[in-house]
Amino acid sequence: MSATQSAGTVVSRTPVGDYHHLVIAAEGIAEHARPGHFVALAIGGVDSGMLLRRAFSIYRTSTTGRHGETVEIVFAAHGKGTRWMADLAPGDPIDVVGPVGRPFALPKEPVSCVLVGGGYGSAPMFSLATALRDRGCPAHLVLGAATTPRLFGLSDANKVGSSVHVTTEDGSTGTRGRVTDVLGDLVDTTDAAVVYACGPMGMLRAVADVAEDNGAWSQCAVEESMACGIGVCMTCVLPVEGEDGIVRMVRSCVDGPVFRGDRVRWDAVGTIPPGTLGGPR
Amino acid sequence: MSYAPHDFGGPISPDEVDLSVDLCGVALPNPVMTASGCAAAGRELDQFFDVAELGAIVTKSIMLNPRSGRATPRMAETPSGMLNSIGLQGPGIDAFLARDLPWLVQRGARAVVSIAGDKPADYVELARRVGQAPGVAAIEVNISCPNVENRGLVFACDAESSYRVIEECRPHIPDDIPVFAKLTPDVTDIATIAGAVADAGADGVTVINTLLGLTMDPDTLRPRLGGVTGGLSGPAVRPVAVRAVWQIRKALPDLPILGVGGIRTGFDALEFVLAGADAVQVGTVIFNDPGAPMRVVRELRDELAVRGIRSLDTVRNAAHG
Repeated sequence: MSATQSAGTVVSRTPVGDYHHLVIAAEGIAEHARPGHFVALAIGGVDSGMLLRRAFSIYRTSTTGRHGETVEIVFAAHGKGTRWMADLAPGDPIDVVGPVGRPFALPKEPVSCVLVGGGYGSAPMFSLATALRDRGCPAHLVLGAATTPRLFGLSDANKVGSSVHVTTEDGSTGTRGRVTDVLGDLVDTTDAAVVYACGPMGMLRAVADVAEDNGAWSQCAVEESMACGIGVCMTCVLPVEGEDGIVRMVRSCVDGPVFRGDRVRWDAVGTIPPGTLGGPR
Repeated sequence: MSYAPHDFGGPISPDEVDLSVDLCGVALPNPVMTASGCAAAGRELDQFFDVAELGAIVTKSIMLNPRSGRATPRMAETPSGMLNSIGLQGPGIDAFLARDLPWLVQRGARAVVSIAGDKPADYVELARRVGQAPGVAAIEVNISCPNVENRGLVFACDAESSYRVIEECRPHIPDDIPVFAKLTPDVTDIATIAGAVADAGADGVTVINTLLGLTMDPDTLRPRLGGVTGGLSGPAVRPVAVRAVWQIRKALPDLPILGVGGIRTGFDALEFVLAGADAVQVGTVIFNDPGAPMRVVRELRDELAVRGIRSLDTVRNAAHG
């Protein structure tokens, strides 16, 4: 798999609830993108004082639209870089690197799957659901957020999900509570073999635990801040246990962003846990 | 005070510009390298440009043993720059020599291997092993990484320590492999340190490593980096780097210098050459633009062509005249 650096152009930016939906025309990315891949965007133009790329899960792509090849993302304007993005208008240039990372692994057998998206972490779940159902895997969707404007993609979910479940912490839509409040029962009743998740680290940790408790594998797309997005800066590392039982600090950009939930040392994210390869002695 | 502008004649075609450099006997097609720590061992960047076309690939500093690096967060964006506290995460020399270096050499890139250690004996062992490995174009001795537990271990802060590391490892490296010592600008007089490593047998110096910095988190009101302090890099440090090159060139007219610090454009690279650099390295800007190293080569060629300058020898040190 190889990433492309592409001089992209904004096709549209549309506010959606508390988020923005950005469509970028960029060549060389869409046809290689798989669910779970991300793009790394340069912020602020060629002379920008903001040097670090911002990484976003790919929401969807197209190779056949009237704008040529497009890639779409969803973002929240919560920092300096994303606030700049929130002012993007059609025709604005934006440099895109992608597709990057390891995508979600798909089951070989037609097993039932549950897909969990926290906030705009739901963005990659709809193309994933489509890919799963194309291979005969039922794809049950769980969308969760603090409150209704922070849910993303409910109408997509209703189109592609085998079933759709919504939670909000304030109860404004769906079940009051968190995704994990409905997840255990859902994995049980659907006899799911795999749980896919994308969202905040705390949610991923809880989802991985629920999946394991209910006998399912989990595939978690992590959200670590990155500087380059292409594997050269060693910024976005987290402790992950390999098949050999050894914990290594691995790059979420190229070794992830999707990891098996039972491999990530969630308790130790932000530290170098004892026994890590090359750790302090 | 003002200077008369340099005039090298009218514009020429970019094809007429010769960017080649003889760096202590190593022929480079152009003077642009990656900076250590910003290009891993080259493989990831090969999808964005042909690593064999660049002047050289300088690897991330390699140590004797695998190292996990420091806790996250390891990076914080700052105005026109960034602070990092990676802490020299890497696979160790065995894996590097088995996997990374052979790929670079087979790919046809000129491999400049950066080495780093906790004590002089580490550097000696690394020098010996890298010096014997086939295909190494040059060795950069990183004696100035700021991300170590003990500031006393930043050898390049002290002329005597710098001298000792270079003096001990130079004899273990074949004479035809040039050795560059990478220096920190966080010293009173960087030219003194450059003189010390040159006396110890370094063929040249690489200036500058990152500057030690600190930034606070507005939510926690504590340092933003897991490692508390970090190394500042990016265009924000470029004038400091150009100054360091200038001072060393003034003090040591014949010492080969690799200029590094915040280079983003072809003119940025030219600034370093004017101040006295023999070649330059592009670092942090790679994170912003992975194609930057070869873009800088093209832009440098254009900057020279538009001014009628046919070769780098014509303009090197020109700002001193």
